[in-house]
Amino acid sequence: MSVLSQLNVGESGVLVDLDLPESVQNHLMHMGFVPDALVTTLRRAPAGDPTVYAIDGMEIALRRETAAAIHVRPAEASEAAFRKIEAAGQKTEDLQAEDPRIAASEDASGQFEAAR
Amino acid sequence: MSGCCASPAFEAPQPPQPSGQLRTVVLIGPPNSGKSTLFNRLTGLRQKVANFPGVTVEQRMGQMAGVGREDLTLIDLPGIYSLDPYSEDARVSIDVLRGQMEGTPKPDAVLLVMDSLHLTRQLMLAAPVLAMGLPTLVLLNMSDLMEERGGSIDALKLARELGAPVAKISAVNGGGMGAIPLFLHQHTDRAAAQPLTLPILGNAASAHSWAAQVSRRTDYRAPLSVEGTRKIDNVLLHRIWGPLLFLVVVVGVFEVVFSIGQPLSDGFGGILADIGNLARPLLPAGWVQSLILDGAWKGISSVLVFLPQILLLFLFIGVLEDSGYLSRAALIADRGMRSIGLNGKAFIPLLSAYACAVPAIMATRTIENKRDRLATILVTPFMTCSARLPVYMLLIAAFVPNITYLHGFLGLQTVVMLSLYLAGFVAALATARLLKSSILKSSETPFILELPQYRMPTLRSLALRVVDRARVFLRNAGRVILAVTLVLWVLAHLPVMHTASGAYSTPELAESVIGRLGHFIEPAIAPLGFNWKIGIGLLSSVLAREVMVSTMGTLYGSDPGTEALNLQTALHHDLSLGGALALMIFFAFAMQCTSTIAVVRRETNSWKWPIAQFVYMLALAWVAAFAVNHLVMAFGG
Repeated sequence: MSVLSQLNVGESGVLVDLDLPESVQNHLMHMGFVPDALVTTLRRAPAGDPTVYAIDGMEIALRRETAAAIHVRPAEASEAAFRKIEAAGQKTEDLQAEDPRIAASEDASGQFEAAR
Repeated sequence: MSGCCASPAFEAPQPPQPSGQLRTVVLIGPPNSGKSTLFNRLTGLRQKVANFPGVTVEQRMGQMAGVGREDLTLIDLPGIYSLDPYSEDARVSIDVLRGQMEGTPKPDAVLLVMDSLHLTRQLMLAAPVLAMGLPTLVLLNMSDLMEERGGSIDALKLARELGAPVAKISAVNGGGMGAIPLFLHQHTDRAAAQPLTLPILGNAASAHSWAAQVSRRTDYRAPLSVEGTRKIDNVLLHRIWGPLLFLVVVVGVFEVVFSIGQPLSDGFGGILADIGNLARPLLPAGWVQSLILDGAWKGISSVLVFLPQILLLFLFIGVLEDSGYLSRAALIADRGMRSIGLNGKAFIPLLSAYACAVPAIMATRTIENKRDRLATILVTPFMTCSARLPVYMLLIAAFVPNITYLHGFLGLQTVVMLSLYLAGFVAALATARLLKSSILKSSETPFILELPQYRMPTLRSLALRVVDRARVFLRNAGRVILAVTLVLWVLAHLPVMHTASGAYSTPELAESVIGRLGHFIEPAIAPLGFNWKIGIGLLSSVLAREVMVSTMGTLYGSDPGTEALNLQTALHHDLSLGGALALMIFFAFAMQCTSTIAVVRRETNSWKWPIAQFVYMLALAWVAAFAVNHLVMAFGG
């Protein structure tokens, strides 16, 4: 497992959790930084910091120390999860009604497709 | 300049219509979702709308004239991500929404505005807002753009999911607006609301997964993100081109203000002088003519002359704000701002302060850290606002030779002007650094900045800004400056004396009431190279900086020795080059603006800060002017 600030420009990761003071964490989550969301490192500011991340169709800039407190895992796993759900076909509808995590990860994979 | 902080037009509520108790409707939604554009459309009010999150920083009210319901009051609120306040502007929204804001009526119905380009995330706000149980209409704004880009949503299914009516609209071009009066008609009675049971959302993660489920069940397909914004950012946020372009843009503004604005102002000045000359034979000779033409008209027109240049500056700042560039400027500036203890968000008010410090100080509400916000408020008046322009331009035109360098690309006058802007900027940064390393020291708050997509500024919105600004400027000239110049003229002609032959005569300017006042403060300003006449100008400019120019116009107009001269020539009687440069630097640093003092008092909720700020800036202005005057004298200037 790595942290968001370690991703190079162009790389993506799936958000695992945030290790920040509660008010900050809550604010970030309402901006889309929730577990299972797909984050892509878009670009660094001219001075090298902050960095712009694409998440939930938005672009959000964070400083390095904030991004270093956000844990991510490699994005491929999410893509795989997306394929599995796709293969399950009809069942998806019922599945995600019960398990919000699937819905969330699916949502993230959708963006992943768009990002590509 | 006052007026930029004018309270919103808010007429007395009209008698309630027989249809019910619905009186107050509130607009709420996430930042940058288009609430203010909708507000303008619904009320016909012209609120400032720009393309960066956090434009609206306080509640605004207007009558819903745009949909024929003038009996209803509409309140526009700062954008929020959730019902947990993270910054000062979000607290305002939440308090108003809950009916806990003093002086603001409790809302009877809610218009929940969401940006349909990013609906999944925006839906997170829907649950807590709907759970409040007020009649709510959900408005999917920018739905035309969403569909254009291949997105879609089943609004009917969404309405069923949310238990509230949903309408697709476009606030920019007015599409789908018919749903709003229809909704208001149905919900004229507050009691008719049926609160819906929505899942209780304890934390952001569960709120997000609920939103994701809802958007899935309603067949929401997010539009393809346009590559345009990213392509533009590839250049504007480029490691080398980004900062360089930023500089070129800033220098370019002042070139434009000078090279295009100056001829416009000169032409306008000629017209104003002609009006005065045409009116002269129409007025009875004597004191009436002198009061109106030499006092009032000369004073007012000496300031009015700068209107074209100020409007150009506002037009330019307007383009920066509306396009979405300001957020990028904040991003570029973050590293630098960090070294003085602030973050990039503090840069946005500083940049807006080039137009006027009053709205800029209000824009600091988006800064989450209280101490950072206070530090930003305290340094914002150092930024060169448009009210300093008339003073600078008058003095530069009068004292700085029009020499150009680099084949005419860069003029010496522009260089002096840019140096003054730079002086203000450096003073702001240095003061911020001082504050953040001493009394306002705080632990760092994370920098979280949303970068909106670029939008083409609409001609309509730019034109409205310029017209509004012109109105504020003219109103100022009509009230403050007229009053000041009239009082000055009277004081310049008192006391009335008897001559030996028994006739009445007016005193020499130096012997008049105002002349004695000027002489009284002369010892304090003489070391700066200013005499008593300049002193009178300084005293009057505490009201607003541009009053200085009209004061000098009135003073010279009522002095027989200088009344035939134009203002630039007349100034040479009272200022050396050293004094003129000292005067400019004095204006760069001193806090001569009652509107700014008032807004700092309001935003900090105490007199302590504005007084400390005024004294500090005055002291700095005095020391800097002293240094400049003596340096120029030492080098034989």
